[in-house]
Amino acid sequence: MKHQDEYRDPELARLQLQAIGEAVAGFDRSMTLMEVCGTHTMAIYQHGIRSLLPEKIRLISGPGCPVCVTPVGYVDQAIALARLPDTIIATFGDMVRVPGSSTSLLDEQARGANVKIVYSPLDAVTLAENNPASNVVFLGVGFETTTPTIAGAILTAEKKKLQNFYVLCSHKTMPAPMAALAGDPELKVDGYLCPAHVSAIIGANAYQPLVDAFRVPCVITGFEPLDVLQGVLMLARQVVAGKAKVETQYRRVVKPEGNRKAQKLLSRVFESCDAQWRGIGNIPDSGLRLCEPYSRFDAGRALPVELEPTVEHDGCLCGEILKGKVQPVDCPLFRNTCTPEDPVGACMVSSEGTCAAEYKYGDWGMGAGG
Amino acid sequence: MKSDIILLGHGSGGKLSHELLDDLIVPILSGIGQRDQNDAAVLTHQQGRLAFTTDSYVVDPIFFPGGSIGSLAIHGTINDLAMAAAMPIGISVGLIIEEGLAVSTLRTILEDMSAAAEKSGVRILTGDTKVVPRGKVDKIFINTSGIGVMEHDLDISGRNARVGDKILINGTIGDHGMAVMASREGLALESDIASDSAPLNSLVADLIHGVGSQLHALRDPTRGGVATTLKEIAIQSEVEITLRENSLPVGSTVAAACSILGLDPLFVANEGKLLAFIAPEAAEQALMIMRSHEFGKGAAIIGEVTSTNKGKVRLQTTIGGLRAIEMLAGEQLPRIC
Repeated sequence: MKHQDEYRDPELARLQLQAIGEAVAGFDRSMTLMEVCGTHTMAIYQHGIRSLLPEKIRLISGPGCPVCVTPVGYVDQAIALARLPDTIIATFGDMVRVPGSSTSLLDEQARGANVKIVYSPLDAVTLAENNPASNVVFLGVGFETTTPTIAGAILTAEKKKLQNFYVLCSHKTMPAPMAALAGDPELKVDGYLCPAHVSAIIGANAYQPLVDAFRVPCVITGFEPLDVLQGVLMLARQVVAGKAKVETQYRRVVKPEGNRKAQKLLSRVFESCDAQWRGIGNIPDSGLRLCEPYSRFDAGRALPVELEPTVEHDGCLCGEILKGKVQPVDCPLFRNTCTPEDPVGACMVSSEGTCAAEYKYGDWGMGAGG
Repeated sequence: MKSDIILLGHGSGGKLSHELLDDLIVPILSGIGQRDQNDAAVLTHQQGRLAFTTDSYVVDPIFFPGGSIGSLAIHGTINDLAMAAAMPIGISVGLIIEEGLAVSTLRTILEDMSAAAEKSGVRILTGDTKVVPRGKVDKIFINTSGIGVMEHDLDISGRNARVGDKILINGTIGDHGMAVMASREGLALESDIASDSAPLNSLVADLIHGVGSQLHALRDPTRGGVATTLKEIAIQSEVEITLRENSLPVGSTVAAACSILGLDPLFVANEGKLLAFIAPEAAEQALMIMRSHEFGKGAAIIGEVTSTNKGKVRLQTTIGGLRAIEMLAGEQLPRIC
């Protein structure tokens, strides 16, 4: 495919790998590099990148999958809304299979709830327009990459004067959780592969405070295999040289200041708030909620529901996996009671979840999947 | 037919049913009931082993680029027989129709079935029609069963893949699944993706004729895609399969659509593809046979059986990495066939 094959060139990959090998050759310990984006997680598995890297480089996955970091309480709230009469839940596909405390949206759908999978928040606005007798609740989950489109949908709904369109907000922002994990002595992250498209919105400069506070190298990296290899090389060189700075590998898309237009759209509709991250807990200023002029679209406020007590599933290590502290194969449920057909935790549900990626692709010769 | 829509009475077994059969179904699917409309079709005794298969079709939407539920229902059953190395001799058709379906829609579906059967050289021998109230099925569901005859003594089976075998596919992967997906979801793509739905009986006949006992295993990678099918064969034959990513034929629009939707073409359904495990010395000849056939122009060797590491499938990625391939889990696209 045009504009893709050039980032998958085997000869260039070989040269990058050789350079990575040379960069870490004299380094006297192993280094832990964390990717904080579900699409990176998938790319690393899909292209078998771990099987190619020197043993000294340990790639771990962080809290980069939006569905995975969404707390169980949010899923319960979505389920309670789905049970309301004349209510349509509109959501991206992955959310329907995430287990709540006692059931999932998919189960509720089988019992008669109206749950529609959409590919864009604007489809949810159209759904509201076409179903004036129902309330349409869009499940607003995601990072800065998806949130501007949700802001756009809300502005569209306002323009159309829709009275039946709502968003259940659980928007998250970067790089707050990276700072939360950078200070974790148990984890010892040597460097971050920073998300590509989130960074296109927030800009490379957004990572500078993180680097200043924790002296942790950050490289904003694209999603194609050659991007990832070059990002790893840039990080490895910083770690070996004892440097800590923000670098951008994904220059064809990411600017230092980011996408101002998208940022303006976000700040018009949303304001910063504390947010609950599954596995990590509350992180100050790591989420977005609707600001006052748009609060009538907030499903949490407009459609109060009674929630069942939140139950985390016994033995599920999603929280620890999201922090990069354990790998999927370390979880006693992985491949046993937790499978993509019958997931226990969100990391097994989302196509970008670490457990789903490990289950689907494994890593040949890495003691798993093979 | 007097009515322009299907009524419950058309499935009653009474007068309206006869009208539907006489005016629409039998004239289009001409072999049906061998004209005399007895309760069963009568076949003469066949030489050789027989193969028998059945499948139901519930695809949504019922028309998609490259086919319809009608052509799919014929091709699917022919291909199930062909994968058992049996040449189809007759097919049955069971129609379950939702009350209110436009007669013109049914006519188009029946014409598609008739054309697909004729092109494959297969007769539709018997059938049944039911009509259910509105909302009890979605427009139309079709069941087809088929009988085929094996005019050879070859043992072609998913158990028979051997170390050294080359794995051939007769063209691009993922076309059917993405065609249905794109037309169902109204994806605006640069160009249409057409389903690859096609009858594979004559291609299989050519392979059997050309390479005979060097053809060890055959299977069509339908639901679950190439990945799931190869994993099944690796388990059945107790071997390890290695695929090369850069040899996999994927159309550019399919690759783009998969990329947008986060799908892997290796796991997307095909309806006109077969995977053939061929002894290495006959692989080039089999490739030539495929490429000279109407349904094999894009044929390629995509991998080989590498060892007796039981039930493993691995993919050598374009950049040289290795990853495991498992069966499709979860995320199956519903009602793809």
